[in-house]
Amino acid sequence: MRGPTLEPILELKNVSAAYGRIKAIKGISLTVYPGEVVSIIGANGAGKSTTLMAISGVLPITGGEISYDGVRIDGTAADLLPARGLCQVPEGRRIFPRLTVEENLDMGAFFRKDKAGILHDLNRVFQLFPILQERRRQQGGTLSGGEQQMLAMGRALMSRPRLLLLDEPSLGLAPLIVQQIFRIIREINETDGVTVVLVEQNANLALQASTRGYVLETGNVIMEDEAGALLANPDIRKAYLGE
Amino acid sequence: MLWLYVLLWPLLGIKPEGLEFAASTAIWAKVAVVSAILLALWQLKGRGVFDFASRPAQALSQALGKATGRVATWIWLVLVFAGAVVFPLVTERYAHDVAISVLVYICLGLGLNVVVGMAGLLDLGYIAFYGVGAYTYALLSVHFGLSFWLCLPIAGAFSACAGCIIGYPTLRMRGDYLAIVTLGFGEIVRIVLNNWMSLTHGPNGILGIKPPGAYWWQDGHIEHIWLGSLEQFYYVILGLAVCTIVAVHRLNHSRIGRAFEAVREDQTAAELMGVNTLGIKLLAYSLGAIFGGLAGAFFAARMRFVSPESFTFIESAMVLAMVVLGGMGSIPGVILGALALIALPEIFRGFELYRMFVFGGVMAMMMLFRPKGLWPAKRMGVRSEERD
Repeated sequence: MRGPTLEPILELKNVSAAYGRIKAIKGISLTVYPGEVVSIIGANGAGKSTTLMAISGVLPITGGEISYDGVRIDGTAADLLPARGLCQVPEGRRIFPRLTVEENLDMGAFFRKDKAGILHDLNRVFQLFPILQERRRQQGGTLSGGEQQMLAMGRALMSRPRLLLLDEPSLGLAPLIVQQIFRIIREINETDGVTVVLVEQNANLALQASTRGYVLETGNVIMEDEAGALLANPDIRKAYLGE
Repeated sequence: MLWLYVLLWPLLGIKPEGLEFAASTAIWAKVAVVSAILLALWQLKGRGVFDFASRPAQALSQALGKATGRVATWIWLVLVFAGAVVFPLVTERYAHDVAISVLVYICLGLGLNVVVGMAGLLDLGYIAFYGVGAYTYALLSVHFGLSFWLCLPIAGAFSACAGCIIGYPTLRMRGDYLAIVTLGFGEIVRIVLNNWMSLTHGPNGILGIKPPGAYWWQDGHIEHIWLGSLEQFYYVILGLAVCTIVAVHRLNHSRIGRAFEAVREDQTAAELMGVNTLGIKLLAYSLGAIFGGLAGAFFAARMRFVSPESFTFIESAMVLAMVVLGGMGSIPGVILGALALIALPEIFRGFELYRMFVFGGVMAMMMLFRPKGLWPAKRMGVRSEERD
């Protein structure tokens, strides 16, 4: 999928970020090309979610550069990025529990004014997640965990992203639901042409759905390769795939 | 409960003349008997002794609910509005006075509701905007003789500016910190009004504020008159309150209103969806301030006098209590809350001594039995974590 002439859609150069005094990521470099699914795997506290929060601009970075579409975005306010096609589905879903499903989805299109386009995307989301259409008038907080994850993804898709950051989409979900979620991630990528960056603890599943993968350990990238190669790597299998 | 009994007896015995326990024992015994009876009734109800009476009652109330539900909402609105219009024609002065203050507090409550109920920002200094509005009209009227109707939007704009000035540094804070800082700002505004002698005459206040004027058909030609009587004030504030209700209702159903709610629910998630959270919070804050400022300008016109002591913290607490009592985020709830907190104490004037005591008790009971308010907002329904 990755062509040599393609410009990267997202590029991190030596990015570091910290929570107060605690350095969470210490010089991460990674590149994502249009059309890819890139997964970031690693143990708890390796800095995976921090990396996504830094890309989204929620967490200010302390060093390095982040470019999106060839333009530097570090220092840009987080709320300006969705309008440029960069959207994150945060860890733990974080839907708006007291807004209805429909209102949650509408919040995803908050900055958009094109009514026809919004309606088109709403239908697409309902096509991907029929359960959301069934529950459209229900409050977000009354949905099950899997449905909430679908709602969070649907909400992000309503901003018509070109680059979607997914943080732990499988967290706390039943295996059957997880498979369904990953099937939809692939469909979003293949049919809608959305580039996906996937952060996952479930390394096996993530790498199977990805083109390439990065392995994070204590705030550093320790390995980067094609997903298939990482899956076959005996060290990775031992450390992250439980063999 | 036991604690109450243990403490009540010695506390009732402390009198200015010294300790006197004879009378207190009698009161104590009465309190104990009444609460014992109530407790027994509660227990019996729990065991289903009163089912024979409550079942038909429930059926009746359900039937009533169905019957009222069939009548469209707009008919209710028209009825309530007609009642409000006719009200001053069938009542006397005292009732007008109470009704005017209820309507003023409805405006204030709805304004605070935008900030607290919709955007979820706890504001303990809301009355400051009421003060800004009141002083804006008072000063413009006394020094420049500007008319009430011209000053109304100016007062709103001034309050909105004050909201932005106070909001910009404070709204970066969350939760408890925000509450404390707004409390501080509320006091700052009052103290400035109290001490800026050259502008506000300090604690002496400002006298000689003109009432609103109007053009009216009189003696065969249009004439300018001053709206000085209570009925006329009533209609002015009724108009203001209706405008406020309509504005807040529209806001509630707009995208901006939804953004307020999104920020209340989850600020980070809202930011990730492209909501400028600081901007939205400032907007909520200044919109709320505008309604407070409009009510303030009316207050100044109605009293023809303003002084800083009308804008103390207890007023902020009162307005907040209305919003919480009525149901955060719900327009009919806030109206009910204002009615309950202003009109009821007037009706039960005989018990004025125990007003704060009853007030505190009722609030505590509400939080236990109806934590979402008298008329909860529909959105504030069951949350998943509460259900399971």
